Formats: sequence, C-alpha cells, structure tokens
Amino acid sequence: MAKIRIVHYINQFFAGIGGEEKADIKPEVREGAVGPGMAIQAGFGGEAEIVATVICGDSYFGENIDAAKEEVLEMVKGYSPDLFIAGPAFNAGRYGVACGTITEAVQSELNIPALTGMYIENPGADMYKKAVYVVETKNSAAGMKDAVAKMVPLAKKLLNGEEIGSPSEEGYIERGIRKNYFTEKRGSERAVDMLLKKLKGEAFTTEYPMPDFDRVDPNPAIKDITKAKIALVTSGGIVPKGNPDHIESSSASKYGKYDIDGVMDLTAETHETAHGGFDPVYCNEDSDRVLPVDVLRDLEKEGKIGELHRYFYSTTGNGTAVGSSKKFAEEFSKELIADGVDAVILTST
Amino acid sequence: MVKEIERAGIPVVHICTVVPISLTVGANRIVPAIAIPHPLGNPSLDKEEEKALRRKIVEKSLVALETEVTEQTVFDK
Repeated sequence: MAKIRIVHYINQFFAGIGGEEKADIKPEVREGAVGPGMAIQAGFGGEAEIVATVICGDSYFGENIDAAKEEVLEMVKGYSPDLFIAGPAFNAGRYGVACGTITEAVQSELNIPALTGMYIENPGADMYKKAVYVVETKNSAAGMKDAVAKMVPLAKKLLNGEEIGSPSEEGYIERGIRKNYFTEKRGSERAVDMLLKKLKGEAFTTEYPMPDFDRVDPNPAIKDITKAKIALVTSGGIVPKGNPDHIESSSASKYGKYDIDGVMDLTAETHETAHGGFDPVYCNEDSDRVLPVDVLRDLEKEGKIGELHRYFYSTTGNGTAVGSSKKFAEEFSKELIADGVDAVILTST
Repeated sequence: MVKEIERAGIPVVHICTVVPISLTVGANRIVPAIAIPHPLGNPSLDKEEEKALRRKIVEKSLVALETEVTEQTVFDK
C-alpha cells in the first residue's frame, strides 16, 4: 500500500529558522519532514510520509491572516496530500490561531482530513475547536511526545473515515457536538445516580455541560472624553528600564504598577519591554510604540482628554494563564476605580 | 484583563493587532493596531509621521470610548 501523504504546518521557531526576530517570515515550503514533523512521521511507524512542510512566521500570519491563509492553502494544494496536520502549537497564541485557521481552511476548502493540537487556553483553541479537531496538548513543547501520541491515532481515524469517539476518549477539545446513543440505564435513573454522588460529595460527570459564555456587557460610553481621566494598561510588558519588579518574559506571575507623573515621552533610556513573545527591538527603541504615553500627553495638553492617570499597569501576555491575568485585572481595577479613573486604553502586542 | 476591567465597571478599549484574538477574549470596543512588535508605531516612518500615525490610533480609541455599543464592535474605519 502506498504511504499516506501528509503535509505539515509549523512556525519559524519549530522550523529552527529563528525566534521572534524571524516571526515576520512569509510562508515557505520544504520537502519532507522538519522539526516536530520527524516525531509525527515516526508516530505513524512507516505508514505515512510527510511529503512537505509549510513554514510561516507567527507574526506574518497574525498580521496578514487572509493573505497568509491563501498562500499556505496554495502550497498545501500543490502536494495533494491525504492528510494535513498543523502544529501542535501548545500555548503559543499566534501560532495557535495560525494552526486553527489553516486547519479549518484545508478541511473546508480542500476537503482534506485535517487536525491540529494546542493547549486548552490557547486562543486558537476557543476560535477553532468547533470547526476542527484540536487535540488537547500540554502548555509547552515538553508535551510533544504526549501530543503526537494523541494526534496520530486520531489522524488515522479521520483518514479512514472511522467513527470518532468522545473528546475524552480521543483526546481532542470538546466541539460542542451532541451525539445520540443507546444506554442501559434510562435518564431518570442516571439523574438520580448523579444526584446521589453529588450529595455524597463524590465526583460525577455531567452528560450535558453548560456552554461557557463568559461575556461581559459593554459599559456605557464616556459622555465627555475631554473631562475623562484615562488610564493605560498593557499586556505588552512595558516596564521602567531594568524591569525592577522582574516581571517574567512569559507566563507572568505578576503585574507592575508604574508612576508616569511628569513623564512626557517613553524613551530607550527610560523604558523597555519585558515581553518575550515578540521581537523587542522596536519597542525598546521607543516604548510609546506599545504604550502611547507621548500622544496622550499631547492630547492632555490640548484639552482633548481630561487627564492621563498617574500610573500605568503592565504585564506580559504571552503564555500567561487566563486565571492569572484575570486575577491581576480584578486587583488593579479596584485601584483604578478608587483613583477615579473613567476609562482604560489597553494595548496588546 | 480587558474583560475584568469591563466587569469592574470601567469602559475599556482594546488596541491590538490580532483582532480575532481580541474577539475571542471578549473585548467589546476594539481598535486594530499596526503590527505585533509595534502596535502603535511603524519604525519605517520618520519620527513625525510615526507619531501622527500613533495619534490617529489613539484618537480612534477615544472615539470608541465615546461610542455606545451593545455588542463587540471593531472600530476599523
């Protein structure tokens, strides 16, 4: 039997091209397996071959989603693969979005079985889990072996048109699909069993998890912005030069609160970024490129805003757990309210 | 963070490059930015032009804060 032909998608980092300084590279294609593709190919034990690897920089993809998608699709199409695999992207946000976007496109536009893998908190997972199979992985590349062990069997089933089991059986992220099946016990009995377990404080599994709609309604608009006190917040990791609070370059465990009283402009001498998830060169030259203090000072002088709040809050947004950033913002929002802040401009890289 | 600030009752505008991520995260007022390593700048412009570009984005975010919205809105005009 001929080997299964796979095209694999990875980013510049996993291709060994470079880190953030190379994140703007355009899509390119290489024959054969590259980087994690070796492990995936090995996982198929000789049944499959990665005929080509498409590589694209994460920033290029994130900044040009539509164009990048088309370019990558054309490259994939050129190899007429039997199967398409993207990633796994673990907890890398832009990479996850790229993997999800391209997996969905290959599946729906080229009709080729496709799957990807990522950590459950990757924004790409939320965006694409309903459209495609996203295998749940650990949050870092240390989980590669585990990811491959889940992706390969699922890929084979997809390829052969076999029935796909439940998310917990197959290791993919829930897609919100309900499936009818026959069961020994009727509903009333199962419900009572579940209730008894709950009363005893034992673990039980719901048969119908409620969707997690955590949305917050927009607050009313600012009536008169020329009177408003505006605060700056960023996930771009802007800190005073030297990073006095030692905010981590990724997976931040804290945020900083920094005084900009009298500061009219952020410069290479005064501020920098602690963020490890983008090329810091431009930001370190001029942090206003991430946190627009200079412009807000001008607007303040011209009376276009009431005032710029004396403190800004900053953390690094890459790989930082949703739970942590939620906690940070809960804390500093209380301070913002106590300080009479009317509105916030939050910038992200 | 954007959602928690909103939940606390403060109107917030999110300036970001990858708008789909902002939509997924749940920001209500979104202003698209220039590029991931320099959302509010462009190093290929000269200083004056770059600041003018930054000012345009900030002004757009002020308009967003002054605009009543009932659902997630991207201010891209």
